[in-house]
Amino acid sequence: MSDIAIKIDNLSKQYIIGMMRKTDALAEEIAKCLTQILHRGWNRKAQLDTIWALEDVSFEIKHGEVVGIVGRNGSGKSTLLKILARITEPTRGCAKIRGRVSSLLEVGVGFQPELTGRENIYLNGAILGMKKAEMDRKFDAIVDFSEIEKFIDTPVKRYSSGMYVRLAFAVAAHLETEILLADEVLAVGDVEFQRKCLGKMGEVANQGRTVLFVSHNMGAVLNLCPRAIFLHSGQLVHDGPAESTIKNYLAFLSSKGEQGFDNNPQRSGNGAIRLVGARILNEVNQASSHLVAGRPASLEFRYKNINGERRGANVMFAIYNQLGVAVSWFDFALSHGVVERLGSGGVFTCHVPNLPLPIGQYYVNIKLEVNGEEADFVPDALVFNVDNSDFFKSGRTPQLRFCTCLIQHRWTQETEPEPEPTLIRAQ
Amino acid sequence: MIVSRPEPTADISVIQIEPSRGWAFPKLWELWEYHELLYFLVWRDIKVRYKQTVIGAAWAILQPVVTMIVFTLIFGKFARIPSDGLPYSIFFYTALLPWNLFANALTRSTNSVVGSASLITKVYFPRLIVPVSAVVSAIIDFAFAFVVLVGMMVWFGIVPSWRVITLPVFMLLALITALAVALWLSALNVRYRDVGVAIPFFLQVWMYASPVAYPVDMVPPTWRYVYSLNPVAGVIEGFRWALLRKDPPDFTVIAISAVLVLALLLGGLVYFKRMERIFADMV
Repeated sequence: MSDIAIKIDNLSKQYIIGMMRKTDALAEEIAKCLTQILHRGWNRKAQLDTIWALEDVSFEIKHGEVVGIVGRNGSGKSTLLKILARITEPTRGCAKIRGRVSSLLEVGVGFQPELTGRENIYLNGAILGMKKAEMDRKFDAIVDFSEIEKFIDTPVKRYSSGMYVRLAFAVAAHLETEILLADEVLAVGDVEFQRKCLGKMGEVANQGRTVLFVSHNMGAVLNLCPRAIFLHSGQLVHDGPAESTIKNYLAFLSSKGEQGFDNNPQRSGNGAIRLVGARILNEVNQASSHLVAGRPASLEFRYKNINGERRGANVMFAIYNQLGVAVSWFDFALSHGVVERLGSGGVFTCHVPNLPLPIGQYYVNIKLEVNGEEADFVPDALVFNVDNSDFFKSGRTPQLRFCTCLIQHRWTQETEPEPEPTLIRAQ
Repeated sequence: MIVSRPEPTADISVIQIEPSRGWAFPKLWELWEYHELLYFLVWRDIKVRYKQTVIGAAWAILQPVVTMIVFTLIFGKFARIPSDGLPYSIFFYTALLPWNLFANALTRSTNSVVGSASLITKVYFPRLIVPVSAVVSAIIDFAFAFVVLVGMMVWFGIVPSWRVITLPVFMLLALITALAVALWLSALNVRYRDVGVAIPFFLQVWMYASPVAYPVDMVPPTWRYVYSLNPVAGVIEGFRWALLRKDPPDFTVIAISAVLVLALLLGGLVYFKRMERIFADMV
């Protein structure tokens, strides 16, 4: 038992859906009670809509283990972290944590825009559980890491968002607790700083500290965590080495994609117009989910206009690779402006002359907008594979590890002539 | 490279996370464990309060002084409310200070939990720190306004007696009363935002039920006893007694109201603890 840092037993959390509303007003509550009494009579207990955000999850983490948690939005990852961080209580089950814990659910918690960078370092540090003496000791290192020495006495509200995030992460990076619970903290800052943060996380992972790391970034999980846990609708689906968990997760995602639009639980939008079909066409205009890099392809989106909307419509979609990284964004209005006249339905087709994607699996999120408002949003609406490449006319493409897209380019090459033997002049 | 491995401390702490059941008393020693956070939250409140204002902390003086001038004109000069033989201005101001201390502490504290939503949903600490720090940070405005009172006492030639040393006791009673009420209201406010909206009105009524603008003798004797159970009335009478050498207040009544406050405080602590678990989900 002594080498176990975190032990979780049948941890469950139930939310009452009505409870998730932002604010309750007393008047509303009374009105609700009255209607309930009128409709159901006194005796029947009100039926509450509930969901289990986390259901009977059990696992153990040893001291010094670095564990990633993956899963779609709403799979219970954050709820799990919030329970372990003691922000919210479980409904059932228990967890035991041995050692000092710090949680990083967000960088810059409690940052006060009116205060200076220096003041915020102390405030944020205290909120994260650092002692004043500890902060005095680490102050210079924090400032150094954040690269904002010059602005340390400027109110944080005058910072650029990049500076703000750098300072916030710098404080968090200097926590020295034995157990670290981190949620997506890497999704911040510019690329250069993200690399630095990842480096710091790697360092933390190598220091023999216990880390529980929730992320959408599969690449980061693969790099940092030897072990990963996959959650889906509040349940633990897979727990094992990171590669096998992620493979499992990706396989799950692609099986999900074939469900089409109707059963997609993540679908949202006001429904002014609705997407009724989408498909991927290869170069000979056949529907296919297997494409060839460097060859033409098109994506076709069919919509219905049931409500008779006449205002400007737009379609956009994003392509994600299997690591969850957005590869590119396509937006009808960017090149053509919005569609001013809408009939009762129609088709948008997007033609890509030579597909610049490395070999791998891809997901497409589609969004329809009417008058700037989200009419229909379908995440993971399409899944396709790129299995062959004709991009460089050599049949070969770089590995996915080193690129997210292919760029048309040409090389030139010159060889310097052999240097001629020079004469050494006599003095 | 030498990697610093965190020392496995002997007294490794074990955190047990379970659904809480029933009613319980909060672990007050946790407040001490987190006293540095309490200090930084108070410090933040004070630092931020008058940032980017032109006259800064002078607002803490200007507000009570202008209120005093208006009340002195209307109640002292026009309505001729008796003021126990003292100049109305100092009679009123001596009561206004503890009243403002109480009212500020209560208002800030009631709104504190909702106002700290971003902290409460992101990081763990004893939630009790939030209303407590709001109450404590109300002292600073009191301190500024108190300087004016000292000036006025010099101006009117009022020399306080030994009783001035009892002042902190009455201050403490004002703060504890505010905290006791705010523990209930701040937790209720998480669920029903009506509380935050109603608080200015609630305080206005309470102020007229306290001897701020008039002497306690004006209250009919039949009502006097119930009236004095208002702990703030005791605080105000205590202030006047300690600073202006007025007749001593009825200490038995103050003691009774202090006991009531204590009961309210203990109940508030338990209620707050009970509600704490839904803060992060509902705020």
